[in-house]
Amino acid sequence: MVTAETAKTILVVDDDPDFLAQQQMQLEAAHFKVLAAPGVQEARHVLEECKPDLAILDLMMEDADGGFALSYHLRKKYPGVPIILVTGVTSQTGLDFTPSGADQKSWVKADVILPKPVRFEQLKREIDRLLAR
Amino acid sequence: MAEQLRVLAVDDEPGMRTGIDRTLRRFTVTLPDLEGEVAFALEAVDSGEAALARIEASPPDILLLDHKLPGMSGLDVLHELAESKRDILTIMITAYASLDTAIAATKRGAYDFLAKPFTPEELKAAVRKAAKHLLLQRQARRLAEEKRQVRFQFISVLGHELKAPLAAVEGYLNILKDKSAGDNPAVYQQAMDRSLIRLQGMRKLILDLLDLTRIESGNRKRELADLDVCEVAKNAIETLIPDATAKKITIELTTPGPVPMRADRGDLEMIFNNLVSNAVKYNRQGGQVRVSVEGLAGTVRIAVTDTGIGMSPQETAQLFREFSRIKNPQTRNILGSGLGLSILKKVAALYGGDVQVQSEAGVGSTFTVALNQPEPGTVSPPLTGSTTL
Repeated sequence: MVTAETAKTILVVDDDPDFLAQQQMQLEAAHFKVLAAPGVQEARHVLEECKPDLAILDLMMEDADGGFALSYHLRKKYPGVPIILVTGVTSQTGLDFTPSGADQKSWVKADVILPKPVRFEQLKREIDRLLAR
Repeated sequence: MAEQLRVLAVDDEPGMRTGIDRTLRRFTVTLPDLEGEVAFALEAVDSGEAALARIEASPPDILLLDHKLPGMSGLDVLHELAESKRDILTIMITAYASLDTAIAATKRGAYDFLAKPFTPEELKAAVRKAAKHLLLQRQARRLAEEKRQVRFQFISVLGHELKAPLAAVEGYLNILKDKSAGDNPAVYQQAMDRSLIRLQGMRKLILDLLDLTRIESGNRKRELADLDVCEVAKNAIETLIPDATAKKITIELTTPGPVPMRADRGDLEMIFNNLVSNAVKYNRQGGQVRVSVEGLAGTVRIAVTDTGIGMSPQETAQLFREFSRIKNPQTRNILGSGLGLSILKKVAALYGGDVQVQSEAGVGSTFTVALNQPEPGTVSPPLTGSTTL
């Protein structure tokens, strides 16, 4: 039974207000506690206040590589918190962006990278897997 | 910046080769339509075979080709060149101005003729003409390529701008279909409301795009009539009152009385709608919008001031680019096509006018449009210049 006390907290950061709202709606329905931040600055404030159990970050926000910078910050502050990077790079530019090798994964500072549009079942599967570790 | 064209002279007479070399070595051409002057780099060979080998190794821009050569003739060389489809202008040199050779050479792609014996001035004139032709042709090609690139860029940005709302609506519809947001009906209501807002934004983008193309192509129906600019302003402001009221914004119109102008009503409406709706959209809760209209000696000046979020000088600099939308935390939730100001600028240009902006971050912006009264009896021509679609 998930209660308010045992619910896991997920930080979601995206500058697209609709994507943010959609993740929040579905994550809350799946009984997560959601901290939604519409930008890097807001996310940093949230991280000052509390430590999430997992973070979902958009790779490209208004300042281009905001997601990268934020994932570095998060890794440094809370090394154990799993990070899922979602990215519109592939759908926006046609470039393939799926780091496969171990060296690339360490460079990107994320546990999972998902291309947008993200299907919620897939996201949920990754969240469950990462939180079970 | 000096441009250099490569000239290859083909003649079996050493005297001719030296003569050509001496004439063109320090010769430069200045073309009125092009920047800088053109100089020439000279090379010379004594046979058609040597010419083809040289062209193969490094093709010249201009070929001065003698017809009568010991081995293959000038016409044979032309024939070979036509096969290889090289971009070389050939000036044919003939010992006697024979009509037959002229016709045959033209058929094989020669650009011009020079009859032997010729004076250095005649040679210079022929080379000047060829250089001009060549450079204008290249410039035209360059411009066409730039235009193509601008168009590609426009279409690709447009693609992204249309994809974003589609992705948002698709996301909400999937949530509604799968009922993946739990049992709270308010959440589903929010999903539907946001979907409708994004679709409205998409419709606005498409309408703006059509406006823009119609203005640029000159296909929009325009009818000049004697109008009172203030009356058009009042009507435009009235349609925006609901949006303003929702944010507790007051709109105030200042005029010295009626300002007559011969203009198309649709053009003026577009200007006021754009300016005033922006002033409301980017304003703060409880802010003000001041609209002023004045007529001064053949010019009508429209100024719209808001007490909104304003812009930094860097943001102001990129404001008038197509699809350029200022991205910062304050504009995050404001929808817009990114085409409004492009449209405004193009409409103003129809009246030989311009759009100016003064802005201070956190204080507000003033957009000023100056329109010239068209001369009586004239209809301003459709806008030419940069086309985007």
